[in-house]
Amino acid sequence: MTTETHDPAPHRGAPDWVWYGGIPAVGSVLYLLYGQLIPISEWVTALFPVARDSHTGEAIAFFVYDVPKVLLLLTGIDFVTGVLRSWFSPERTRAMLAGKRQIWGYPLAALLGVLTPFCSSVPLFIGFVSAGIPLGVTFSFLIAGPMVGPVGLGLLYGLVGWEIATIYLVFGFTIATVAGFILGRMGLERHLQDWVRELNAGALGDLPGERLTLVDRLKIGVDQVREIVGKVWVLVGIGIGAAIHGYVPEAVMLRIMGGEAWWSVPAAVVVGVPMYTNAAGVIPIVEALLGKGAALGTTLAFMMSVIALSLPEMIILKQVLKLRLIAIFIAVVSAGILATGFLFNAIL
Amino acid sequence: MKTVKVYGPGCKRCEATQTMVQEAAARLGIDVTVEKVTDAQSIAMAGVMSTPGISVDGKLVHAGGLPDAGKLEGWLRA
Repeated sequence: MTTETHDPAPHRGAPDWVWYGGIPAVGSVLYLLYGQLIPISEWVTALFPVARDSHTGEAIAFFVYDVPKVLLLLTGIDFVTGVLRSWFSPERTRAMLAGKRQIWGYPLAALLGVLTPFCSSVPLFIGFVSAGIPLGVTFSFLIAGPMVGPVGLGLLYGLVGWEIATIYLVFGFTIATVAGFILGRMGLERHLQDWVRELNAGALGDLPGERLTLVDRLKIGVDQVREIVGKVWVLVGIGIGAAIHGYVPEAVMLRIMGGEAWWSVPAAVVVGVPMYTNAAGVIPIVEALLGKGAALGTTLAFMMSVIALSLPEMIILKQVLKLRLIAIFIAVVSAGILATGFLFNAIL
Repeated sequence: MKTVKVYGPGCKRCEATQTMVQEAAARLGIDVTVEKVTDAQSIAMAGVMSTPGISVDGKLVHAGGLPDAGKLEGWLRA
């Protein structure tokens, strides 16, 4: 797998020049490889005893092309994000957001949501709220984090194109900002679980900041890349994308997900919410859907609801939010996603 | 005898951190009990915002991401 070659110094104590030289070298090799994916994948597809233009041939070609492409893109994205995020920490972000009651606290929170590394939302949520960060600002942060994450944007850019990646970025960011603002205006503090409201802000410990060298940051990037190895489920998304690409007739796709079918936008949200995967799993499916003529609005709505609203995440949030607040949260974010979907189906 | 707590809701990195702590302690010959804290309320009360977090004898030493192996040994020795 690509990640094996991306790690020039797995043992501790490799001299710095290994990092400064090795990472650009490995990066260049991977970049050159990325440019040759079409001939490579066509060659591999030709090895299969099926006609290239048959359903199965199309599906195989999609799969064989997308697997190395997604893995290479993930390698690059995870590395760059790992390094970039090493400058941001939840502690620092919290300090920046504390006391930001002004209107621009919301977009700032959405921006920091994208840049701050976090793997579980609950401790972070509590840390923010107990430090006096307004609930709405906290929500902007939590919505933006998964919704406009770098993995989703990078894969959209690589697999679908920069236009749609940009549209997604702008609308995802807007939804996070506006939904947070609306939730903030609703005065929902009383729907936090009681123990969260009683939490004393002073109780939170503070860590001395760890000083990182550039090599430390590069190591964090490589560390991020290594995690890809565990994400075999990415292949499942590509498999579904390949099946759609090879077997689903365009006429059927237009009927179900075309711009004419107005109900397809809410249906996409209803189907998307219980689906539990993140951006890397869903974007190959999006690629195949758009290729088959699915309407952009419907596809965006599907993608956003899969990534931003997930059932398991809501169950985890139940520890800090009362059911009523979770319901309001889902309703406001869904409204934003529906609006985006309808808007794009109407103008395109 | 040191008490090390690893804070985290059970993500892969939290498990890896726990293993790292145990291995480092074994390497240094330090007697430790490693306790896993997975409940959100307790994690929050300890002041951990990004998981996995580590505390040694009640003192929070690390939060967020895998710890550096060298630093980990330093915390255990202290």
